[in-house]
Amino acid sequence: MRLTGSEILIHALREEGVDVVFGHPGGAVLFIYDAIHRLGLKHILARHEQGAVHMADGYARASGRPGVAVVTSGPALTNAVTGLATAYADSIPMVCISGQVPTHAIGSDAFQEADNVGITRPVTKHNYLVTDVRDLARTLKEAFHIATTGRPGPVLVDIPKDVSNTECEFLYPKEVALEHYQPRYEGHWGQVKKALALILQAERPVVYFGGGAILSGASEELLAFVDTLRVPTTYTLMGIGGIPGNHACSLGMLGMHGTYRANLAVDQADVLIAIGARFDDRVTGKLDEFAQISKKIHIDIDPTSIRKTVHVDVPIVGDVKNCLQKLLKLLDDERPEDLERFQRRIQPWWGRIDDWNREAPIAYEQPADGPLLPQFVIDKLYQMTEGRAVLTTDVGQHQMWAAQYYHCQGPNNWISSGGLGTMGFGLPSAIGAQVARPGETVLCIAGDGSLLMTVQELVTAVEEQLPVKVAIINNRYLGMVRQWQQLLYDDRISGSDLHVGPDWVKLADAMGALGLRATRVEEVEPVIEQALAHPGPVFIDFQVKETENCYPMVPAGNPSSKMLLSDPDPMG
Amino acid sequence: MRHTISVLVRNEFGVLSRVAGMFSGRGYNIDSLNVAPTLDPKVSCMTLVTHGDDDTIEQITKQLHKLIDVITVKDYVQQKDFVGRELAMLKVAPSPDARAEVLRVVEIFRGKIVDVSPKSFVVEVTGALDKIDAMARLLEPLGLVQVVRTGPLAVGRGL
Ligand SMILES: Cc1ncc(C[n+]2csc(CCOP(=O)(O)OP(=O)(O)O)c2C)c(N)n1
Ligand SMILES: [Mg+2]
Repeated sequence: MRLTGSEILIHALREEGVDVVFGHPGGAVLFIYDAIHRLGLKHILARHEQGAVHMADGYARASGRPGVAVVTSGPALTNAVTGLATAYADSIPMVCISGQVPTHAIGSDAFQEADNVGITRPVTKHNYLVTDVRDLARTLKEAFHIATTGRPGPVLVDIPKDVSNTECEFLYPKEVALEHYQPRYEGHWGQVKKALALILQAERPVVYFGGGAILSGASEELLAFVDTLRVPTTYTLMGIGGIPGNHACSLGMLGMHGTYRANLAVDQADVLIAIGARFDDRVTGKLDEFAQISKKIHIDIDPTSIRKTVHVDVPIVGDVKNCLQKLLKLLDDERPEDLERFQRRIQPWWGRIDDWNREAPIAYEQPADGPLLPQFVIDKLYQMTEGRAVLTTDVGQHQMWAAQYYHCQGPNNWISSGGLGTMGFGLPSAIGAQVARPGETVLCIAGDGSLLMTVQELVTAVEEQLPVKVAIINNRYLGMVRQWQQLLYDDRISGSDLHVGPDWVKLADAMGALGLRATRVEEVEPVIEQALAHPGPVFIDFQVKETENCYPMVPAGNPSSKMLLSDPDPMG
Repeated sequence: MRHTISVLVRNEFGVLSRVAGMFSGRGYNIDSLNVAPTLDPKVSCMTLVTHGDDDTIEQITKQLHKLIDVITVKDYVQQKDFVGRELAMLKVAPSPDARAEVLRVVEIFRGKIVDVSPKSFVVEVTGALDKIDAMARLLEPLGLVQVVRTGPLAVGRGL
């Protein structure tokens, strides 16, 4: 079958099971857009390329399938860079198609020419410039393969305009020929055995899992593992939902705004079992004082993650799901009395952890007639959606409160920019998530600063009738920045005041969506109810206490056992 | 510690910038870098020399492996494991009474004069790094004008 490059692209996407793309058109992708139209591929028009890529990202995180974005050359590609870097930092499978000036014009500083592969090289897992249409099908096959296997990540395919309009014979390859790209899925049996032996002799074990557990689809195995051993378990921001947040063995999140018990448990552990996590600095705090006492087991599919910053005693390169299955198989052969002995042995450890929790739980006190506390709002959202919404967030205090108070009940339900910390991620990723999971409640917990960075995408939600609910935690500050300035820079509030801001209700209205507002305690429930019942997209302006701070907090550079638990006493 | 790392790569568009970009992006050093095709025209061989502590070198080799276009990575440290050689060309413009001394140095280092002009020589020499450094040091006071070198190449001993 002879097809043009653009038609090959659409056919290849179909072969890969892609039924929707997120994009924004322009000169270099006109043939591609024409093929999208002629061949009837579902396209969602984002109002900014960053939005398009975040939508593809949210789609991928919510569905577990690769998201696809299409952008044109030059400024469109540079707009897309933040989205790619966000997906790369969180290892999200994605294929981004970019347009390029015609091959004969490459290198001539043509109109809207940019070195797309050069610019995106450090923010993609791999990228391609296709200069011959005969390479296109193979390249797309490779792109999807690379994006979705091993440690996943975004792959960019740059297609010059002439290539998208040149014909050749189309045959979609069945296999990829990448002999030397062979991610290791199988955990080494010997290492797995060593790991289990180490775990079973522990007195103070802690499981610490991250986004790798979600990406590998290992929730079930993880839960079985935790349930079998009744072992204290904490997770990173990227791991949220891997086990239900309020599971009896859950210590909550660890790290900079992690729970007191989780950080202290990791600090005091004698065996730390890291699963699909990478000892990020937001988790470890001061590196040389992190979990010093413990022997460490580290399961990760990416060999570069292992021993990158932290010494590991039992490294296991492999897929989290595969390794957990092996651990479970070995556990099956353990005698029940040995497991009971293990659980009895760690009882005192649980006792200490529970004491820590009593000492400094995650809690708030909402005064009945005082200003709304952000924690209260998020807690209400949690209760009223029973923790079952697909939750996206922006970046800042509200994100950390969401991690602390919205106990996600399942994997792929927590969608947040962890590695890059991209403000403006919440709304577009919610749109992508809603496309992936049409019947479900998709809730975005947004910051008043973050939301304004990508707010134009509300129009996309209106156009596509995607009923995302955006809960704006409106504290009239770049709150996280203000918190640091208050605590670490003597309260000099520099560039973080947002008192000049939009009327969110009117803004929603102007864009064709519903705008709601709550300023008092008794307004919160009715407004959430109304939003959840509304068939279209909603902004809820929760006007919260402006100067509430997020605790616990490990100030940067401190060991994670040294947490601030509340505002410093102004008298002392 | 100095390491000579031999990397076979798919000869794809931009592969050099991927490798170089990985080094600069992660703050690793490249002391020298040499790239040339192999017997298989689809495969090139890069030889890089870098230094760092063991953890850094381990990360470097892992990060190289992680690049999709990289086929194999060999890290050479021990002299007994590999033969390392570098080619250099040195341009010398000695004063008339130093010419004989230059020729003597060239002979000692088993160099070859590959170009002669009324006022200068070009000397070709191969050897381990230190040999070229030593030769350059000796030629320096005799009117050394320019040194160009390939950077080391490495091949494992035996099969
Ligand atoms: C694109 C981008 N720019 C800047 C930052 C730095 N930053 C981190 S949190 C934050 C404040 C976010 O404010 P807001 O969205 O209102 O959330 P809040 O902390 O008030 O809940 C800023 C500016 C960032 N993470 N991303
Ligand atoms: Mg704010």
